[in-house]
Amino acid sequence: MLTDLMKRELLAEIDRTETRQAACIEALQIVQRHLGWISNETLREIADFLNMTPDELEGVATFYNHIHRKPVGRHVILVCDSVVCWIEGVEEILEHIRATLHIEPGETTSDGLFTLLPVQCLGACDNAPALMIDEELFTNLTPARFDEIVAAYRDGKS
Amino acid sequence: MERPLTQHIQPGGEPLSLAEYEKKGGYQALRRVLGSMTPRQVLDVVSKANLRGRGGAGFPTGTKWESVPEGAPKPRYFIVDADEMEPGAFKDRYLMEGNPHQLIEGLIIGAYTVEAEAAVVFIRWEYTRARKSLRKAIEEAYERKYLGGNILASGFNLEVQLHVSAGRYICGEGTALVKSLAGDRALPHAKVPRQTQAGLWGKPTILNNAETLCNVPHIISNGPEWFRTLSRCNDGGTKIYGASGKLKRPGLWELPLGTSLREILEECAGGMREGLRFRGVLPGGASTDFLVEEHLDVAMDYDSVQKAGSRLGTGTMIVLDDRTCPVGMVHNLEHFFAHESCGWCTPCREGLPWAAAILKALEQGQGRAEDLDTLGQLTGRLGPGRTFCALAPGAMAPLKSALKFFRADFELHVAEKRCPWR
Amino acid sequence: MAVIYIDNKPYEVKEGQSLLNACLSLGFSVPYFCWHPELHSVGACRQCAVKQFRNESDTRGFIIMSCMTPVEDGLCISIDDPEARQFRASIIEMLMLNHPHDCPVCDEGGECHLQDMTVMTGHVRRRTRFPKRTYRNQDLGPFLNHEMNRCIQCYRCLRFYRDYAGGRDFNVFGIHQRLYFGRYEDGKLESEFSGNLVEVCPTGVFTDKTFMKHFTRKWDLQTAPSICVHCSVGCNTIVGERYGTVRRILNRFNREVNGYFLCDRGRFGYEFVNSELRIRRPLVRDARTAEAQPANKAAALKRVAQILRKTPGLIGIGSPRASLESNYALRKLVGPDRFFAGVSGAEQRLITAILDSMRKPSVLSPSLQEVERADAVLLLGEDVPNTAPRLALALRQSVRVRPMTLADQLCVPRWMDHAVRLVVHDARGPLYIATPYRTRLDSLATKTLRGAPDDIARLGFAVAHELSTDSPAVAGLSEEAQSLAHEIAQALQGASCPLVMSGTGCGSMAVVQAADAVARSLRKTGRPAMLSFIVPECNSLGLGILGGGSLEDAVERILKGDAHNLIILQSNLFRRLDRETVEEVFEKIEHVVVLDHVANRCVERADVVLPSATFAESDGTFVNNEGRGQRFFQVMVPQGDVQASWRWIRDIADALDKGELAPWTSLDDLIADMAASVQRLKEVVRIAPAADFRMTGMRIARESHRYSGRTAVTAYVSVHEPKPPQDDDSPLAFSMEGFQGHVPPAVIPRFWSPGWNSIQAVNKFQSEVGGPLAGGDPGIRLIEPMENVEKGQEGAIVPEPFRPRTDACLLVPLFHVFGSEELSMLSPAIAEAAPEPYVGLSPEDADRLGLRDGNTVAVRWDETELTLPAKIMDDLPGGLAGLPHGLPGLSGFVLPRWGKIRAK
Ligand SMILES: Cc1cc2nc3c(=O)[nH]c(=O)nc-3n(C[C@H](O)[C@H](O)[C@H](O)COP(=O)(O)O)c2cc1C
Ligand code: SF4
Ligand code: FES
Repeated sequence: MLTDLMKRELLAEIDRTETRQAACIEALQIVQRHLGWISNETLREIADFLNMTPDELEGVATFYNHIHRKPVGRHVILVCDSVVCWIEGVEEILEHIRATLHIEPGETTSDGLFTLLPVQCLGACDNAPALMIDEELFTNLTPARFDEIVAAYRDGKS
Repeated sequence: MERPLTQHIQPGGEPLSLAEYEKKGGYQALRRVLGSMTPRQVLDVVSKANLRGRGGAGFPTGTKWESVPEGAPKPRYFIVDADEMEPGAFKDRYLMEGNPHQLIEGLIIGAYTVEAEAAVVFIRWEYTRARKSLRKAIEEAYERKYLGGNILASGFNLEVQLHVSAGRYICGEGTALVKSLAGDRALPHAKVPRQTQAGLWGKPTILNNAETLCNVPHIISNGPEWFRTLSRCNDGGTKIYGASGKLKRPGLWELPLGTSLREILEECAGGMREGLRFRGVLPGGASTDFLVEEHLDVAMDYDSVQKAGSRLGTGTMIVLDDRTCPVGMVHNLEHFFAHESCGWCTPCREGLPWAAAILKALEQGQGRAEDLDTLGQLTGRLGPGRTFCALAPGAMAPLKSALKFFRADFELHVAEKRCPWR
Repeated sequence: MAVIYIDNKPYEVKEGQSLLNACLSLGFSVPYFCWHPELHSVGACRQCAVKQFRNESDTRGFIIMSCMTPVEDGLCISIDDPEARQFRASIIEMLMLNHPHDCPVCDEGGECHLQDMTVMTGHVRRRTRFPKRTYRNQDLGPFLNHEMNRCIQCYRCLRFYRDYAGGRDFNVFGIHQRLYFGRYEDGKLESEFSGNLVEVCPTGVFTDKTFMKHFTRKWDLQTAPSICVHCSVGCNTIVGERYGTVRRILNRFNREVNGYFLCDRGRFGYEFVNSELRIRRPLVRDARTAEAQPANKAAALKRVAQILRKTPGLIGIGSPRASLESNYALRKLVGPDRFFAGVSGAEQRLITAILDSMRKPSVLSPSLQEVERADAVLLLGEDVPNTAPRLALALRQSVRVRPMTLADQLCVPRWMDHAVRLVVHDARGPLYIATPYRTRLDSLATKTLRGAPDDIARLGFAVAHELSTDSPAVAGLSEEAQSLAHEIAQALQGASCPLVMSGTGCGSMAVVQAADAVARSLRKTGRPAMLSFIVPECNSLGLGILGGGSLEDAVERILKGDAHNLIILQSNLFRRLDRETVEEVFEKIEHVVVLDHVANRCVERADVVLPSATFAESDGTFVNNEGRGQRFFQVMVPQGDVQASWRWIRDIADALDKGELAPWTSLDDLIADMAASVQRLKEVVRIAPAADFRMTGMRIARESHRYSGRTAVTAYVSVHEPKPPQDDDSPLAFSMEGFQGHVPPAVIPRFWSPGWNSIQAVNKFQSEVGGPLAGGDPGIRLIEPMENVEKGQEGAIVPEPFRPRTDACLLVPLFHVFGSEELSMLSPAIAEAAPEPYVGLSPEDADRLGLRDGNTVAVRWDETELTLPAKIMDDLPGGLAGLPHGLPGLSGFVLPRWGKIRAK
């Protein structure tokens, strides 16, 4: 359900754009910020709000990387798997994450806390390997550093 | 050595606030432009400075601005391309995180020059810090009347928005970016009509890379001659070079345009880490051709790098060392490009995943001798003019040059039925 | 003109077109996928690559996409260049990486553009060893099958469905190599043009579900050129038959009429031909109340002669869905003064007015293609998307005409589709729509007006008066309506090809007259003016030309005791008259002979029923809404005793010993007779080649040269191969033996050319790609403006404003593309797509009556009472209520009329 708050935020976006549809990418991001992901029902509501058909909005939503059309955990771990991180050993980090969180890329931990997703170059190549959790960037990763970071999130940092 | 773009940035520190920026002479160029220069005069200055685009294609900025036809319809749009999704590139991020007002000032001057009254900064989602610093800077600029209606009582108006992309490499391509701004799938457009004739909403649109625009206030303040003397080649200015890979000190440096590869890699980046040797480098980011040892003295400017068989691109280098598998590296790159193909044209949509699948097979020891021929053919079939936009040709650059310089490595994978580096 | 060099030979071609277009027009085989002659160029598939050379000394050249390259003088290219050939083959190779190798079981097999192009480029060997991607398919409803694995991502479907036809419930999802073309979720595609995807898709992603269930191949179909019978537009079709049943309808290109596209009613409405309700043997009833007994032809005719001879006073009721020939035959048999058109007086008066208007000087009735080129449109009263869908698709294109100049200004060729759409953005030319309720074109309209028919007419008259004060002023117009009229007048006057469109849909003479008045006044301002009317059925205008009284006149004759016997031609009286009246007629009349295809209530009451052939089993001529006479040809020999209605009439004449009234042995005899006696139909003879026409001494084969099983098809009856049936009426043969090459356009039975097995073969039949058929588009305009017709707008009276009543609503017809037309509703796929009957109420009236959506209500007038669920239509003006035209239980009355509505 779109709350009044979300609708107000959407209207602010719409205000700035030429057409209602032009606000759709921002709209998806706004709602996703509130709800974590975009369910079928949510997508329909947003489409309605923007005078789009769900078909039209889905075409846009499935084009971009950061629109989650499946539920995600409380925190999304975006691990850069691009070239420099690869050179600097991200595969080892990923192996470590798999082993400690017991999830494959694309999956969510059973406690619903973390979703692991690969992501394109984070632009932190001088401090590779890098990952983001939610909106925060972590660089110069090692398995040990990853454990520290995750522990902090487990302890309720958000 | 002058470092106009980065001298006030404190690495890792807070972005320059408006007050700090002004204290360092910020917005003086804008005041000069709005106070005493016609758009034509600004254009002349920028053209004389020989500023070339820093977004990858190296197109002369003056020429681009000039190509908005006289009497072209309004509104006109000015777009800052700050998508920077190319693997290995992180220069725009540094500029935006460190000194956002420099970009905004350049943007306002650019918009004034082409008589655009609306501007968008297109930034990628992952740049959370840059987003924050830019958002704040835009607010400050509005408060100080550098943006909005009747800027500095000049009669010039400019509205600026920040658009946060939902993430796609292809969005950095100018025509695709415009589709994205219209709330659509970011598919690139044909080059007819030119964007400067019909871009966003079918209206004349200018698109520049963030670093390109950061140069503009300095050109205005110090003059085109000064700008040209900054460089060691015909094109003007400094360049933010970056280097990553297994170097001692990966990082970014603002240096005269035309600084040699060797100087950057050895002096700035401190050379290779202990026990490693240099094998090759993608000089301008993921979509440029490898250069190797013999090229280390090439000057990193547009023409010299081109002559050496690659492109200056974004000027952010990715170094390959002798313990890293070139096949694996190219596989990683092609996987990226395949994933980021927009799916519009056949060679890119089908050819890139095919190339990636072959490279993966090679890495996993399932390569066949004929795979190398197929890869070679693909580099031709996905080459310039054969695909709709520059993504696929860019993707083929590292593969093609790797097949040339590191062919033995590919063959070893086939012969030994494994990746020798694993 | 420009001279270009292709593989070193000069060719003269039109400048500015795309190079691909030019190459194809010259007959070169350049493969393509994403390009489509009507959807134009986007450069996605990269299949049409050729080599371009900078100048004579350039030997290396560079690869270009021919579809994206404008033809310029001196352009030097090579199609044959090895690198270009190799590149084209490599594109196919890449497309085939993921395409299933399932041609033998694919429904597109044998008419697949991808197959053709694969052969053309010479790609033969699969090199990749990696798994193919797979998809889940969607259920897209009764018309289309979906098989995404076959998709080659050419984007054509999307460009047709969304960009061209305006459908919004279809899209492309995903990115990179995982693209999906479909709907957000399973369900019927909403656009009434969805069926075109069958032809637009170059592979087997979208196939015709009604066709699929028969497991038939293109080459195994017997085919013939035909005309759609499901509305007045008269789209040209190709009918395909096998084993005695019609298997599908395909578009038959006619530049002037339907171009490349049909609507779904036309494409999927054919199944009534195969219906179990078909009458295939004559039926004879001894007494009205007795069971009908099947009889053989001779016995039935004997019975007809018996009853018709006994009691004199024979009248005939013709039909707007029967051919000119059958109507003429009946008229001749009974005599013109005893011939009645099978339509109500109200409808007949409208048709007469329309015919008069079409003959008045200076104003042209446009072809569909001319409608597409109109640059300002006023639509008065007609729900075009539901009454003449293909015309609505043309209007959709017309709003792009004016903004195209934006592209011209930037020197963007009009065929560069995406560039044009970028430049044009959402600019639209003027389109004004005044209808009682919302139409599916409204989203394109500059302005719309909702009103009762009289108010719509008043707007029209006001526009006419704005244009020329010769047209009467409209008293008491609101300021708003006045300014709208002014705006419309300005828009029409500022256009170079303005169009006024209206029709019989409102059932209002005032609306028709108003449309006429606008066009005439426009003409007086010195503007060219086009005036297009939509009429109810496929031959409404043809029947109108033949004249005759109305149904009410016929009833009057009968009730007066002036007529004792009645022949009804392809008409269900219960659909056109109220039940009481029809009952009275049957009460009063002594004998009724019915000629029809399918059992209906009229058939159930007739003394003798003679099975008449459908469009698929007979030949004849229809006159479409433009006034264009068009010939349809039978595709198959009818089963049982079924024969063309005119043949039954001839047989009746013979049985009555009145052979001199029907001295025809073939269609050509009949046409010659008709042309000689009806001045306005004298051109009908020229519409198509006569039956004795031969190509190099041969008939034209209805079966392809690869037709299989011709000896086996009837083997269950006899192992001896029968002699092919004789065809006396056309130059076509029911055989694979005969001429297989290019024939005159009116008799093209299928589009095929060596190497071009798909529908794209149509390229080879056009004078230039996308242009008219070589030899001219079929059909002849029979109704042209005539200078000697009296001028002016005599008799046009501006109606009073509509005044809602508190005790009743004005019932207006609501049209449904699926449901309103009689024959197509007998086809299961169409019936599935039709809505349930309802009564549409305005929010005001619903409020007043305390009704909510779905409440059961009674609608009454005179003796009639209908019980229907209410549907609140927020677009319906207060005082109006709507009844869906033609849905089950909703026929037999004439609208508009007042009716009382109450909760039940
Ligand atoms: C696939 C692709 C991605 C691109 N991404 C970026 C980008 O992220 N940032 C950028 O400035 N330019 C990018 N470009 C280049 C732009 O299209 C354009 O050339 C440039 O932004 C123009 O600005 P400039 O003249 O200031 O360099 C990309 C090009 C392609 C083909
Ligand atoms: S528009 Fe009318 S004539 Fe044409 S196909 Fe559709 S129903 Fe048939
Ligand atoms: S037909 Fe030319 S690119 Fe598709």
